[in-house]
Amino acid sequence: MSEEQEVVTVVKAPVYLKYNFTAGAAPARFLAQIKKGVLTGQRCPKCSAVYVPPRGSCGGCGVATEEEVVLSNKATVQSFTIVYIPIPNNPIQPPYIIANVVPDGANVSFIHLMSECVNEDVHIGARVEAVWKPKEEWAFAMDNIRYYRPIDEPNVPVDQIGKLPVTGLEG
Amino acid sequence: MANLAAVVGIGQTKYMTKRLDVSIAGLVREAAVNALQDADLTWDDIDAVILGKAPDMFEGVIMPETYLTDALGCNGKPMLRVHTAGSVGGSTALVAASHVQSGMFKRVLTVSFEKQSESNAMWALSNPQPFSTHLNAGAGGYFAPIIREYMRRSNAPYDVGIKVAVKDRLHGARNPLAHLQKPDITMQEVEESFMLWDPIRFLEACPSSDGACAMIIANEELADKASKKPAWIRGVAMRSEPTMYAGRDEVNPQAGRDCAADVYKQAGITNPRKDLDCAEVYVPFSWYEPMWLENLGFAPEGEGWKLTMEGATSLDEGGDIPWNCSGGVLSSNAIGASGMIRFAEAARQVRGDAGDHQVEGAKLALGHAYGGGAQFYAMWVVGSEKP
Ligand SMILES: [Zn+2]
Repeated sequence: MSEEQEVVTVVKAPVYLKYNFTAGAAPARFLAQIKKGVLTGQRCPKCSAVYVPPRGSCGGCGVATEEEVVLSNKATVQSFTIVYIPIPNNPIQPPYIIANVVPDGANVSFIHLMSECVNEDVHIGARVEAVWKPKEEWAFAMDNIRYYRPIDEPNVPVDQIGKLPVTGLEG
Repeated sequence: MANLAAVVGIGQTKYMTKRLDVSIAGLVREAAVNALQDADLTWDDIDAVILGKAPDMFEGVIMPETYLTDALGCNGKPMLRVHTAGSVGGSTALVAASHVQSGMFKRVLTVSFEKQSESNAMWALSNPQPFSTHLNAGAGGYFAPIIREYMRRSNAPYDVGIKVAVKDRLHGARNPLAHLQKPDITMQEVEESFMLWDPIRFLEACPSSDGACAMIIANEELADKASKKPAWIRGVAMRSEPTMYAGRDEVNPQAGRDCAADVYKQAGITNPRKDLDCAEVYVPFSWYEPMWLENLGFAPEGEGWKLTMEGATSLDEGGDIPWNCSGGVLSSNAIGASGMIRFAEAARQVRGDAGDHQVEGAKLALGHAYGGGAQFYAMWVVGSEKP
């Protein structure tokens, strides 16, 4: 006790959390389909909005969704950001684009990675398509779609974003 | 009709990157003791404690309220924890107020905190789920596309966010408790700062802070006898909406508009820009000032940025409706506390106790918080006079 000791003020104690994900009825159906390489949504019986990924209900109407809808590989950029911030352990090297994309046939967007693009050319209303991983890598995960890339189609007018049918621009 | 209630004590810590000298318990106790001193009260005068913080995953301490009872002097007293993500500081103040307005308790202590130096908010906000891609981009990655959509819709000049970033830091330089002290900040410095999530630059984003905020809320009888001037609660409102529903307006969310309409009605406000003297509004990224100016009815849709550019929200430019005189979230962001700091700073203004960032003669002020995917809203209006 005679020795002067440095006072310990902080101890780093990393916490590891491993958890099992219980998908629930709607995401389970969605994940089973995406395992087969098919992107699906669910339609609200009240307002007809198609949700992807489906979470089992329509947030607007507060009712359960049941009807499954197969969605297009084509989608529209609703908005996006270019991420420059380096995040530890992130496998994706910045700068990269995160886009809110709405697949044709759906009425809500989800966020996904964009690639094979010039970052500065990406814009709201741009047409893109899903690029899937090789079939043998498909799992119960949204990551089966590796990223979205631009396609040579006319821009979608802003008031039409999120309203295209599954057949896309031609309607 | 609810009973009258008022803020009779306010305590904050100095916001900074790391408070290595205190534990979480020490941090919340410091704010609570400051509030008790401000109110000239002791622990025995408190009937119950209402605590709020951001999700437990941040610090990795699960249900921290259970271990903070000792530090907050509430062994044997009722204690309640509030959870509404980033808006939690505001909701916690409202839950505390409701426990007095209902007549349940006479005087409650409410505290909220975050110790970001002991947490990893970016990790906590980016946990993977199989039905979405794990992109690991934190809150900025979520809000930047919404800001981009606002810029498109409003056709606002590119430097509106830069102006807000400067204005709030100049306000913060008047507040000794503010984390960032940048009295010499310039538009050029903000513009040249590192792009994080395009269009959000480093200096257009909030810092990571350690800190806690506390308030003591009392009923009419006790507030009338308070040692310092109370801030009377004139309106309280909370609203929420789903994060995802078809047709959701993420730029100008319905829940925010409804919440504002409710709180204004209670406070007799018909024209917020004219009727209020100042506002403390949750602006963690600079562009949220013009967005919330519109959402909260201070400007017509698409024109919030004009108020910012005219200097209407700036103390230094003598604006008619100063926003975030304390420096706001852009100057201090102890996440769980940030909403309560807005509520407390609004109360400081109407108590005439805001020091160098006081709006002269402020009689009516708005405190605002939002959280989650911009789906939780909490607001109050406080006044220097009893309603
Ligand atoms: Zn519906």
